[in-house]
Amino acid sequence: MHRFANPARFLKFAKPATVWLFVIGLALAVAGLVGGLAFTPPDYLQGETVRIMYVHVPSAWLGMGGWTGIAIASIAQLVWRHPLAAVAGRALAPAGATFAAICLVTGSIWGRPTWGTWWEWDGRLTSMLILFFLYLGYIALASAERERGGEGRIAALFGLIGAINLPIIHYSVTWWRTLHQPQSFGTAGSAIDPSILWPLPLATLGFSCLFGAAVLMRMRAELAETKVEARIRRAAAE
Amino acid sequence: MNHWAFVTAAYVVALGGTVALLAWAYATMRRAEAAAEATKRK
Repeated sequence: MHRFANPARFLKFAKPATVWLFVIGLALAVAGLVGGLAFTPPDYLQGETVRIMYVHVPSAWLGMGGWTGIAIASIAQLVWRHPLAAVAGRALAPAGATFAAICLVTGSIWGRPTWGTWWEWDGRLTSMLILFFLYLGYIALASAERERGGEGRIAALFGLIGAINLPIIHYSVTWWRTLHQPQSFGTAGSAIDPSILWPLPLATLGFSCLFGAAVLMRMRAELAETKVEARIRRAAAE
Repeated sequence: MNHWAFVTAAYVVALGGTVALLAWAYATMRRAEAAAEATKRK
């Protein structure tokens, strides 16, 4: 991680990685979604709506994964003062917020035909909604700190405190059993039939790569903006 | 109840959101890197 403390060294890695993540992500996501739509049978209970799983599960994974990344970046910033940690946190937030929102909306669409309701204030849905609001708070806080020329330490603290919500989301279906189904994956294996399950890892990996490409693009944009601001300040001082 | 209408709606939301995120990240990156290049030349 410290190897990339130098922005020039990071950019040398990030430029080709952005392209590779995008191309691989696109190929895997298309394979997963086409496989899920056209080459899997309908579920015996849910019928065709089970296919929503191939977009809902990756978005839930990335909504939570984004905040896990923010928490790691926050630790790197607060403990090691890593120069790219705040940049990474600010780049992760809009991508994580987007996938948290996709998770909430696709979950709601899935809920209508399977549960008979668009929304229920159960533990999983509510804690996921809280995660989305945490993202909005983090984006506002980090942007305000950046504009004021701060190091982003308050946003980093917020990122760490917000991580408390992650185990709550994970265990919500065990602690409060309401409408949302219990966990389908565990140490004992999967509760989903293999004929339906196989496109899910492809779609999840594909969306994860696209998420990574978006984060790297935002990090590159942030670094370029910082460079421009520094040059303008230097020119004004001369 | 037509299940495919719900499936289509979910895919439109997911793909639309992902494409919008990628397009926004790409546009901001291109704009910022072009500005950095322009200030470098000055």
